[in-house]
Amino acid sequence: MSSVLDQMFVHGKRWLLSWIAGAPNSVIQITSSLINIIALLAVFLTLFALISVLERKILARMQNRYGPNRVGPFGLFQPIADGIKMLIKEDIVPARADKIVHFLAPVVLAAVAILTLGVIPYGRNMTPFTIDGGILFFFAVGSATELAVFMAGWASNNKFSMLGAMRAIAQMFSYELPLIIAVLPVVMVVGSLMPDRIVAAQGEYTLGIVPRWFVFTPWGATAFILFFVSGLVESNRTPFDVPEGESEIVAGHMTEYSGFKYATFFMAEYLGMFAVSGLAVTMFLGGWHAPARVLEVVPSYVWFFAKLSALLFVYIWLRATLPRTRVDQMMNVAWKFMLPMAFTCVIAAAVWHYAGRGLRGWLWSLFVIVFVYSALSILLDTRRKFAPRVYRFAE
Amino acid sequence: MNSIAFISISVFTLAAALAAATLRNLMHAALCLVLALLGLASFFFLLGAEFVGLALVFIYVGAVAVLIVFTILLTRRDSREHRGFNLPTPKATTGRTWSGVLIGLAVFGGLTWSILNTQLLSIAPPHIRALTVRKIGETLMTGYVWPLQCVGLLLTAALIGALVLVMEEKQ
Repeated sequence: MSSVLDQMFVHGKRWLLSWIAGAPNSVIQITSSLINIIALLAVFLTLFALISVLERKILARMQNRYGPNRVGPFGLFQPIADGIKMLIKEDIVPARADKIVHFLAPVVLAAVAILTLGVIPYGRNMTPFTIDGGILFFFAVGSATELAVFMAGWASNNKFSMLGAMRAIAQMFSYELPLIIAVLPVVMVVGSLMPDRIVAAQGEYTLGIVPRWFVFTPWGATAFILFFVSGLVESNRTPFDVPEGESEIVAGHMTEYSGFKYATFFMAEYLGMFAVSGLAVTMFLGGWHAPARVLEVVPSYVWFFAKLSALLFVYIWLRATLPRTRVDQMMNVAWKFMLPMAFTCVIAAAVWHYAGRGLRGWLWSLFVIVFVYSALSILLDTRRKFAPRVYRFAE
Repeated sequence: MNSIAFISISVFTLAAALAAATLRNLMHAALCLVLALLGLASFFFLLGAEFVGLALVFIYVGAVAVLIVFTILLTRRDSREHRGFNLPTPKATTGRTWSGVLIGLAVFGGLTWSILNTQLLSIAPPHIRALTVRKIGETLMTGYVWPLQCVGLLLTAALIGALVLVMEEKQ
């Protein structure tokens, strides 16, 4: 029974494909891909609508107010109202803007976010596109985000847009390094760049109780935190929403966008957030595996989306809790702390591997991480250097 | 199926490359260069060299293209200014244009001649198994470990050099 529920969607797709069983191979291949794409879009656009209303609800709850509660039961139809509003708004393009690039920027951004969603395993046998170098694909495609943001900033021909785009690129470049290097230990330990293999490697249980998710090893936990924080920066969320800091530069690269193009930017941001969280779940939190053997009756995709929702909740929680960081503070943390820590994770993972992947390896890798962490905190300690602020360039 | 893909990708790549070489707006040219690089990457995908294609996208679209775009932005007073040196304007020298065309034709002819005369194409290609990422990794870590280390050293030196260049000078 549980296996039928688990493979429900896989069987559904096979049933749909059986309708065109006589067609040539290429037609079947293309139809199969199309089914995957439609399913992916349907699921994640629904999730986007849900999260956009839930985020406002949760933020409201944390700030002791009600949040949207007028449209439909509990305000659940709010995204539909928002969508209609965005669709019928006037689409304003500045007269001095570069029309083509201005139009293309949100499209590219959304396309990139959707492409990165394609390689994540959502359940047993439920990877939309199985690629040998799936993790590499994720980052290769994801690196086009910077270009899209730059296109938006440059094409708007507005100094706030340009400033926002510059900030966005600076921060995305800086945090892409720890993001990718935090993934390296997992790739090293599993020996594959394929998301399915990485999930499969986390399937067993130590002593029959503790699942072998990488987050339960010292290097995995550290890499997970580094990955999560870098992912937060990559998706331009508070506390790292420096590129669109509305109190400083209006809305950054989105200043000159209105109507549905603005909504597309918004959507791309959320889809990017889903993609990064989905990859974090895949790499460190065991993917679609259940946290205990008894709970394996629950279908695999339920577990994946439960973990994804938990991470998304943390995103929203952080947004409600933390103020925006300063640009220079962010950069300092990226280069002086996150990058060395990410490299330490690689070394700790190697130590863990060569010390036998057991308790001994666990303790040794913990030692490596604690040692580097304390050394870094002593080296980077600025408490003794507090002094009145000196303005070098603005007298 | 494969030849249709090959032809459409070639047309796309060549058109993008031509646009990159001739567009008067420098930023548009840079963006077209990105399109041409994406076309090249899809060639690698078509040939089954997934890793090379992904690395191409990763390095060229993710890093080099942004660098180019930044350079254009930071070095030109007005990035929208039209370039005057690219397409032959009526009053521009025809000698330069024709010499360029001649050199281009000579290079193209030479390459075509040497490719057609090479033995490799006349024999059937041996059946190559799909190149997996794992295999590339193993080759890099065993047979090519010293070149890899040398490249690593070179890149580290470049990184340190860049840091030294931008370091604040102590008064």
